[in-house]
Amino acid sequence: MAIRDETRMLLESMNRLFEDKCTKQVVDAAETGQFATDLWTAVAETGVPLAALPESAGGADAEWSDLFAALRVAGRYAAPIPLAETMLAGWVAASAGLDVSDGPMTVGPVRAGDELTLARDGNGWRLSGTASRVPYAKAASRIVLIADGPSGEMAVALDGIAGATHTAGKNIAGEPRDTLGFDGLALPAEAAAPLSDGVSRAALYRRGALARATMMSGALERAMDMAVGYAQERQQFGRPISKFQAVQQNLAVLAGQTAAAVAASNVGIEALGGDPEREEFLIAIAKARVGEAATLAAEIAHQVHGAIGFTREYALQHATRRLWSWREEFGSDPEWAAKVGAYVCARGADALWPTLTEAA
Amino acid sequence: MATPMFRFDPMTLPPEAEALRGEVRAFIADHADAMSFSRSGFDRDFSRAMGRKGWIGMTWPKQYGGQERSALERYVLIEEMLAAGAPLSAHYISDRQSGPNILRFGTEEQKRHFLPRIVAGELTFCIGMSEPNSGSDLAGTRTRAVKVDGGYRINGTKLWTSNAHRSDYAILFCKMAQPGEEEVDRHGGATQFLLDLKSPGIEIRPVIDLLGEHHFNEIFLTDVFVPDWLLLGKEGNGWNQVTSELAFERSAPDRFLALFQMLREMVRLAGPDPDRATAAALGKLVAQLATLRSMSLSIAGMLQEGLQPNTESAVVKDLGTRYEQDIPVVARQLFPTEPELEAVETYVSMIARSTMSAPRLSIQGGTREILRGIIARGLGLR
Repeated sequence: MAIRDETRMLLESMNRLFEDKCTKQVVDAAETGQFATDLWTAVAETGVPLAALPESAGGADAEWSDLFAALRVAGRYAAPIPLAETMLAGWVAASAGLDVSDGPMTVGPVRAGDELTLARDGNGWRLSGTASRVPYAKAASRIVLIADGPSGEMAVALDGIAGATHTAGKNIAGEPRDTLGFDGLALPAEAAAPLSDGVSRAALYRRGALARATMMSGALERAMDMAVGYAQERQQFGRPISKFQAVQQNLAVLAGQTAAAVAASNVGIEALGGDPEREEFLIAIAKARVGEAATLAAEIAHQVHGAIGFTREYALQHATRRLWSWREEFGSDPEWAAKVGAYVCARGADALWPTLTEAA
Repeated sequence: MATPMFRFDPMTLPPEAEALRGEVRAFIADHADAMSFSRSGFDRDFSRAMGRKGWIGMTWPKQYGGQERSALERYVLIEEMLAAGAPLSAHYISDRQSGPNILRFGTEEQKRHFLPRIVAGELTFCIGMSEPNSGSDLAGTRTRAVKVDGGYRINGTKLWTSNAHRSDYAILFCKMAQPGEEEVDRHGGATQFLLDLKSPGIEIRPVIDLLGEHHFNEIFLTDVFVPDWLLLGKEGNGWNQVTSELAFERSAPDRFLALFQMLREMVRLAGPDPDRATAAALGKLVAQLATLRSMSLSIAGMLQEGLQPNTESAVVKDLGTRYEQDIPVVARQLFPTEPELEAVETYVSMIARSTMSAPRLSIQGGTREILRGIIARGLGLR
């Protein structure tokens, strides 16, 4: 079977760690602007954030599929730390031979329309342009960006936001999404280097999309768990509301959408590292399908909870506000669905079935 | 997490399954004239040709004519055939559930008699479950069997029996009764028989569906004699057996591929460079299909491991019928036309057929409500 023992062990230990360290108080506090340092430290000590990197770059040559599985757990617990961003930043930096940081890192651009350019300036570089809605930019000890250099895309590593214009922003889950502007920021020669190993802006964008899809599948598991549990506890008309068929039918739909989301994100995860065009197609499927599930499932999770689910005090909103945020990040489900559609249409109707069934 | 999460582990097809795919595609290409979008697809010659390839009952033991191939290979065979619109009806029920049911509960004599004939594509089974007053509620079955010398005497009526008029046998679900007893207990004495549809006392009448086509039938059984050797499993064990049979029925990879040819036609109409809205609408369907396929493959993997993924199968069928029912809805938005069943243009006829067929999808093989009830039970809610 495709789920390896190592993966299961990693997931169990990540589950325990988040259960212990990522409490509602920690998530709430992060939303007020305090970085969740203790949680980050505990996660960093597992080595997971940089585990995909080669040993020579401080990693453990771990399977990306395992790390994405860990992201699902982080999503389940609404972990307010840049875990996906640090993994991706390390991946971009290492491909360019740039140093990584032990601390939290972030990565950009995360939006398709942003433009960043690197121009030669003596021995060094000047960075110009905008990276909008960069997750946790202020808290990151290193910001790894991809910019257009004189002869192609390059990675740039910044030690924090110094020298950038910084406009703080948040997604609707209260996670920092900061816009960074650069107006010819002077950088030393060693701050930038060409990408290799298939890393590119497009590859970053799609892996970011898959990270969000995977985190959403975890958040959906949490929303479903809470809704099923609540329905069994909440009594109305003299019995638990889970005994009403209307509620049961809704929960069955929620469970189906959750299962589909996990399966869809796995479709993308299984494609990692293969042919880039194929990887893009299957990740597009994942982000499109998980986004659809998020919309349907969040609605049901709230409906089952009634008024209590609509409060800040009750933790369902940690999951649902993330679902509503993440479904838009690194491209919305309609955006990725359009890519799926464009891909199959370009190949033509008679290639549709072979495309769907192509072996990994 | 307290709530049981349904298991859909990713499954990668083994090389032998992928190798089979090429063989199946070549076979389909050789039989291109037999492929169609219609539901009927009843073609004994095609079934015999598949039988000659060893593609019916292919997972069954060799001693009964099977090939002992894996559930994953069967998955590939079925998905290729369904996507192409192959006419499988003459053997599909036998291959999917009747044969496996006989293999599991039948006597040695029954296995030797029936399975090799199914494998050859020579024996068509239909499903004798539903009745006029017993659809989703199988416990309400009224067809009753009375033990008589050398066999059983059966009376009752079966309804919605697809292809009964061109089948050889039905696996009949009924209740045991005492002589002269007209009403039977809801839960008592459920029993299955292998019913020869040519037996005296059987009358099969067509029930024309809303498309104007004859697939359904009503079967009247009046003092039908079934010899002892055609009792399937044990008297009174019918409830267990039929549950197992339904699990075979629902775990098949056929709950989301019936309209694949129409999706393909929609891609054709969109052309190589569609506008964003068209691409997004088609892409959403393709993303749903790819996800369903991955979940269905996962179920095939569980079957191969000997598990019974009943709840997971209900999840896939529920999601699959939703997806299929959305296809004509999306189609009429993207490519409006006035539907006509006999139209020369493929798409116009497809949208007519799919629009009219859509309601059936979430009724047959377990209604949407029944399936969601099964899922709710899997969640521990009932």
